[in-house]
Amino acid sequence: MRRNGVNLKIEELTTGGAHLKNLNITIGSINQDTWDEKQGPTPFPSLTTLRSWDKRLLERYKPFYMPFCDLCCLCTYGKCDLTGKKRGACGISMPAQQSRTVLISACIGAATHTSHSRELLTYLTEKFGRDHPISFADVGIEVEAPITRLVCGIKPANLGDLEAVLDYCENQITQLLAVAHTGQEGNNLDFESKIFHAGMIDHVGMEVADIAQISTLNFPRADPEAGLADLGLGTVDLEKPVILVIGHNVPPAASIIDYLRDNSLQSAVEVTGICCTALDVTRYSSKAKIIGPISWQLRYIRSGVPDVIVIDEQCVRTDTLEEAALIHTPLIATSEKNCLGLPDRTHDAVDEIVEGFVSGTVTGALILDPEKAGEVAVRTARAVAPKQKKVGTLPTKEQLTELAKKCTQCMLCRRACPNDLPLPQAIKAAAAGNLSALDELYDDCLGCGRCEPACAQKIPVHSLIVSTAGRKTREDTFCLRTGRGPIQDTEIRKVGGPIVLGEIPGVVAFVGCANYPKGSREVAEMCMEFAKRRYIVCTSGCSAMSAGMYRDEEGKTAYERYSGAFEAGGIVNVGSCVANSHIAGAAIKIASVFAKRPLRGNYEEIADYVYNRVGAVGVAWGAMSQKAVAIAAGFWRLGIPVVVGPHGTKYRRMLLGRADKDEDWYVHDARTGGKVYVGPVPEHLFFAAETKEEAMVMIAKLTMRPNDTSKGRANKLAHYIDLHKRLVGGIPSDVYLFVRTHTDIPLTMKDEIERHLAGKDWKEHPIPDPTLLPRLIHRKV
Amino acid sequence: MPMNESWQTAEVPGPKKASLIVKPDIADAMIRRAKRPILIVGHGILEYDVEGSRLIDCLIGLARKAKIPVVVTASTNKEFLARNFPPAAIMPAVDIANRLTDPAWKGLDGNGSYDLAIFVGLPYAMESTILSGLKHFAPGVKTMTLDCVYQPNASWSFPNSTIKDWAASVKGIVSNLGD
Repeated sequence: MRRNGVNLKIEELTTGGAHLKNLNITIGSINQDTWDEKQGPTPFPSLTTLRSWDKRLLERYKPFYMPFCDLCCLCTYGKCDLTGKKRGACGISMPAQQSRTVLISACIGAATHTSHSRELLTYLTEKFGRDHPISFADVGIEVEAPITRLVCGIKPANLGDLEAVLDYCENQITQLLAVAHTGQEGNNLDFESKIFHAGMIDHVGMEVADIAQISTLNFPRADPEAGLADLGLGTVDLEKPVILVIGHNVPPAASIIDYLRDNSLQSAVEVTGICCTALDVTRYSSKAKIIGPISWQLRYIRSGVPDVIVIDEQCVRTDTLEEAALIHTPLIATSEKNCLGLPDRTHDAVDEIVEGFVSGTVTGALILDPEKAGEVAVRTARAVAPKQKKVGTLPTKEQLTELAKKCTQCMLCRRACPNDLPLPQAIKAAAAGNLSALDELYDDCLGCGRCEPACAQKIPVHSLIVSTAGRKTREDTFCLRTGRGPIQDTEIRKVGGPIVLGEIPGVVAFVGCANYPKGSREVAEMCMEFAKRRYIVCTSGCSAMSAGMYRDEEGKTAYERYSGAFEAGGIVNVGSCVANSHIAGAAIKIASVFAKRPLRGNYEEIADYVYNRVGAVGVAWGAMSQKAVAIAAGFWRLGIPVVVGPHGTKYRRMLLGRADKDEDWYVHDARTGGKVYVGPVPEHLFFAAETKEEAMVMIAKLTMRPNDTSKGRANKLAHYIDLHKRLVGGIPSDVYLFVRTHTDIPLTMKDEIERHLAGKDWKEHPIPDPTLLPRLIHRKV
Repeated sequence: MPMNESWQTAEVPGPKKASLIVKPDIADAMIRRAKRPILIVGHGILEYDVEGSRLIDCLIGLARKAKIPVVVTASTNKEFLARNFPPAAIMPAVDIANRLTDPAWKGLDGNGSYDLAIFVGLPYAMESTILSGLKHFAPGVKTMTLDCVYQPNASWSFPNSTIKDWAASVKGIVSNLGD
C-alpha cells in the first residue's frame, strides 16, 4: 500500500474546547488546501478529548446496571464474586466491571466495522486506485463524509484519503481495548466515556466503508427513488441454480454478479442473500434477491434451495458448513476472519475447485480472491443444480408427526428458547396431528435453533416449525427499497427547519439485528405507524428487511406505501449496517448544512446541537450483536437516544434519566447565560422497552427536545398522548413535565390537558436557546 | 423438572440465588413483614388463568387485601382500568427498577422508597436482568417473583412449577391475606 504520509505530532494543545496531549497521527497524503473551513478544537480526538462532554451526558443519564452474571471471569485471579459491594482480586467493582464488559463489546463492534472497512477499502483501492474520487456533488451533496469531517477534521477527496482515517480508527480501537485489561481503568463512568468513544470511532469506520463502496461500485447515490428489490423466499425461481450469499462484505457477491454479467448469465442463475451482504448486493444489481434477515439462515438452508453458499464476514452462523453439508451444498468461505477450518484454495485453478465440488469430493473451500470465488460459485451452482433435488432436510408432514410423538414434554426446548415459546405444547398437538400451534410459532421464532441440541430425544424442533410453515415461507414475496446511501444536502435544507422546530415530529431510525421478541412484523408495524404520523422513518440492516416483510390491508409493503425521500412520512432505507453512518450523518448535517454550525473537528458543539434540537431516536428492536452496541454508542455520544427490545437488557446497563429530579434538567440559555429548566427531554439515552406498544409511546416521547417551538412541542405532545391513549390507556401522567407554556398544548386536547395541569401545580417556564456547553453562551449573566 | 434451576437453562446463577417459595405462607409472611411493598406487573400476566379466574383479578385481590401499590408496565394498564382498578403508576420496568436502586427516592406517594418489590409477568430474561440489577444495587429492597418459573436473581422466587401447582399457590397467598 502506497502511503505518502504527513505526520502530525501534538505534544500539548489547549483550545477552547479541549486539551490534547501526546497526539501522534499520520494523515496519509491528504491535501486539505481545498477546504477553507477553520479547524475545530477537537480533530482526531484521543480517548479523553471528549471526556467532559460525555460526563455532561452521563450526569443526566446514569447507568442502571443489570449484571448478566455475578462474576468476573476475565483473568486467572478469578472467577471473582462481585455481588453487592464485593470487589474482585484486581480491585474492580461491579459497576466498573459491567461498564468494562460493555466497552469490550463496543470495541468488538467498532473493530468489526473498521476491519470490514479496511478490507473493503484495500480491495477497492487495488481495483480503482487511490485517486478514485469520493464525491457526491453530482447528487447535491457537498458534505460527502459528515462524520469523518466532524471527528477527524479532514475532508476526504479520494479513496487514498480514507486510509489515514482508518489508521486513526485502528489506533483508537487498540487503545480502547487496552483500557479493558486487568488493572487499567477502574472508574465506571470513565469506562462509559470510553464506550462512547468506541461508538464514535465505529461510526467513522462505517462511514468510510459505505462511502468507499458507493463511490466505486455504482450503488444508488443518495437516491430517494432507488429501485425496489425482491424480498422473501417466494421470490426465488426454484427452477434456476441458486446461490446464497451471507454476511456483510460485498466484493465476493459483487464478483458473482460480475461473472454472470460478463458471461451473459444474469437470467440463468438466482443470486440470493441473507443479512447485509444481501442488502449490498441488491445495491449492486437489481436482479439479486434478499431472503431475509440473519434469522433466516437455518430455515433457508434447510429448505435445500441453495445450490452453493458463499459466506463472507459477520453474523454468519458458525455452523453453516455443517448445515450446508446436510443438504449436500458446497460452501465457499471468502474472509480471513471466517475460515471455518477449510483448506485454502485461493491459488488453485478454478476448474480444479469446481470439479471437486461437483463430484462431491470437496464440501467447502476457502477462497480469498473475490473474483475467483465469484467464478467458482457460478460455475459450481450451474453444474450441481441439475443434480440437486432441493429437498433439504425438513421433515415431511408424516415424518413430522412421528418425530413429535417422541416428545416427553421435558420442557428443555422451551427452556432453551430465548423467546420462551410454548414449544412443548405445540409439539404435543403436532403428535396428535394438529399442526396449527407449530405453524403459529413460525412468525415469533428467532431461528436460532437452540431448541434442537437441548432436546434429549433429538427432535429437530426448529425444522418442525419451518416444515409446518412451509407454505407460508414459499409465499414470502415482499419488496424493499434498495439502500439509497446518504441523505442529500438539499433534503437536509428542506427538512432541517421543520425538524429543529419540531414541526416534523421526529426522525425515527429502525436499525440493527433480528433478535425480536415477537418476530419481524412488529418492526414493519412500527415503521408504518410512524410514517403515517409524518415522522421521517429511516431503516437499515436486518431491520430494513423486516420493515418490508409485511403487507398492509391494501397489500402494500412499507416501501411501496411510503416514499424513499428524507421527508415527513418517508421510509428511508439507507442500506446495510455500515450505512447506519448516514443516519448519524443526517443529524450532523442538520447542524452543519442547515444551521451552519462549524463542522470541522468540532464534535462537542455539533453533538450539543443535535442533542438539544434534533428530535431523532434510534430503535434497535432486535439488537443482538456487539456491533449493535457500538452503533448505539455512537448515537449516544451525539445525544441521540436509543430504544431496544426486551432482550436489550442483556447489554447489562441502561442509560436512564430521572424525570422526577428537576435539578437534572437544566440547560444554559445561550442568549442570556441563565440556567433554565427544560424538563426531561429526552428522558432516556438507552432504554429497553418490554413490548412494541411501550416502545412506540417511548419513541414519541423521546423525540422531544428543549429547542422545540410551541407549535412543534404541541405536535410532538399530540402524538405522544395519542399513542399513549391508544396503546397504554389514558393520558400519560407526566404530560405536565413537557408543557412549558400554554401554547405548547395541542389544540385538540386543550381541555383535558388543562385539567391535567391544574392537578399538578404546573407553572409556565421559558423556552431557552439551549446548550450544555458554557462556552456557547453569547452573553454571561 | 428441577425446581431451583433457572427456567432459562443457560442463565446459570451466581453465588447468591433466590430462596424458594415452597408454600404460599412464605410469600404471605414476606408481604406482611414488609413496611413498604410494591407490586410491579408486566404484560405477561394477561396470558394466565388461576383456578378458573384470570391472574390479573387474583393480583388485584392481592393488591387490595395487602394494600400494595401496583405499578403496571407496557400496555397492561388497559386491563386494570377495565376492572376499575387504576394502578398507582404506569412506568416502564427499567424505569421503576432504576428508581428502586436509589435509597433517596421518595416513592410514588412521596413517603419514601420501598422495602419489598414483587414482580410478575415480565419477559423472563428481562425480569432476570432487572432482578439482578436490584440484587446488586438495591440492598435495601428485597425482591419476590410470583411467576410460575424460578428466577434466581430474586430474593424469593417460586420454583419451576406446573401451572396447576403455581395457580394454587398464588390463590393461597391471596386467601391467606384474609379480607
